[in-house]
Amino acid sequence: MVVTSRIISRITSRITRTQLITVAALLFFFSLLSQAAVLPEDRADALYHRYEGGGVVIDGPSILVRKSFKDTISVSANYYVDNVSSASIDVVTTASAYTEKRTEGSIGVDYLRDKTTLSMNYTNSTENDYRASTASFNFSQDFFGDLTTVSAGYSQGWDVVTKRGDANFSKQVKRRQYRMGLSQIITRNSLIGMTWETISDEGFLNNPYRSVRYLDPTSSLGYAYQSELYPGTRTSDAFAVRGMYYLSYRAAIKAEARIFVDTWGVEAKNFELTYTHPLKKSWIFDIKLRHYQQTKADFYNDLFTRIDAQNFLARDKELSTYSDDSISFGVSFDKEVEWGPVDRFSLNFAVDYIQFDYKDFRDLRVQTTPGQEPLYNFDAIVTRMFFSIWY
Amino acid sequence: MTQKTLIRRLMILLSFSILAGCSSIEPWVKPYERQNLADPITFFGRDPVADNYMHHVHQARESARGAEGGSGGGCGCN
Repeated sequence: MVVTSRIISRITSRITRTQLITVAALLFFFSLLSQAAVLPEDRADALYHRYEGGGVVIDGPSILVRKSFKDTISVSANYYVDNVSSASIDVVTTASAYTEKRTEGSIGVDYLRDKTTLSMNYTNSTENDYRASTASFNFSQDFFGDLTTVSAGYSQGWDVVTKRGDANFSKQVKRRQYRMGLSQIITRNSLIGMTWETISDEGFLNNPYRSVRYLDPTSSLGYAYQSELYPGTRTSDAFAVRGMYYLSYRAAIKAEARIFVDTWGVEAKNFELTYTHPLKKSWIFDIKLRHYQQTKADFYNDLFTRIDAQNFLARDKELSTYSDDSISFGVSFDKEVEWGPVDRFSLNFAVDYIQFDYKDFRDLRVQTTPGQEPLYNFDAIVTRMFFSIWY
Repeated sequence: MTQKTLIRRLMILLSFSILAGCSSIEPWVKPYERQNLADPITFFGRDPVADNYMHHVHQARESARGAEGGSGGGCGCN
């Protein structure tokens, strides 16, 4: 009993009172329900992905296969590879270009009973200096004449951070994610969805290779470097709203807005607008606009005034103040066939053009008075090509 | 109102919206009226393999994380 109360005390000390009330309300609510839902479709996808921008090229395959059994269980497996070739702004100014490979595998199972779906997923990711494992549990329930879907989930991750050239360097990170969502049909042509997720990280959260710079009159450049140092914990909350409207001539408009805040002082928001237009029976075209912006972390600075200027130090451009804008175009050819067990296939191509614009991260490839270098910006092209079959 | 306060209020709104389902309001869109919502062009995340990849692209280059959404919709027709 004492052990049990200690365990409960340890768990509850890590989540807020609001989260506990929400989870309790959801559990009570789910206990009142029992009706039917639908498992994901049986399909297999083979994707080639490529990201190129800011001196970085990352490409590789992703294979996703899903199969259901007896209309109650659906299993899925995903194999994903990132082949990284990096000469990013960080690398060219403080290190040497490198190549590496990240491999990720995941398996999942969905169990359907009446209108309730329980899902479990396990993912393992490996690269030469980082290993990550994540276990997820999700619950979703359709009710109210199938007009409403409620979902909730929890994930836990265990990461191990190592460092090339330092065999004794090994640090751990523990991650926890809590989420819930609501999807609601509004009319015969529209629906809306809301999602909330809080994520808590604990452990070694900075990059073991990255440095911050500080003013140093004794250096020929006018500045010198020291290792960055992040807090050992980070908790974030994100809330997203999505809506879809079906247009009378068979097309769809989707919109999304998300806001984000974390304990490091970063506040972010993004907006998306997608238009989907089918042509004849087999073609589908998508065009999407997306805007993202964020404020910097409290402990970020492009140029500190001295060495050890404060307790925590960061010069990661992803923790600076910046925005990015993207435009995406996609086309799919989708056709029903009779190829043995295969009854449908699709060929797909999509490309995103993204512009990153940093407000307080400077381009150190230009040598001038420290703090007067031009602000950094770059463009990226993200490509997806994939083939899908349904069976 | 700070962004943190806004997220908390929205979370409470989400909780009440979920609990509102316990009321006795009749579903106003009948199953035979949902053919448009069953059309794949309406799905959020029509292709999970590509959507998962794009979430990864954004997560790797932006500080914001979570609430990325997923596949399917509310019509039980995915």
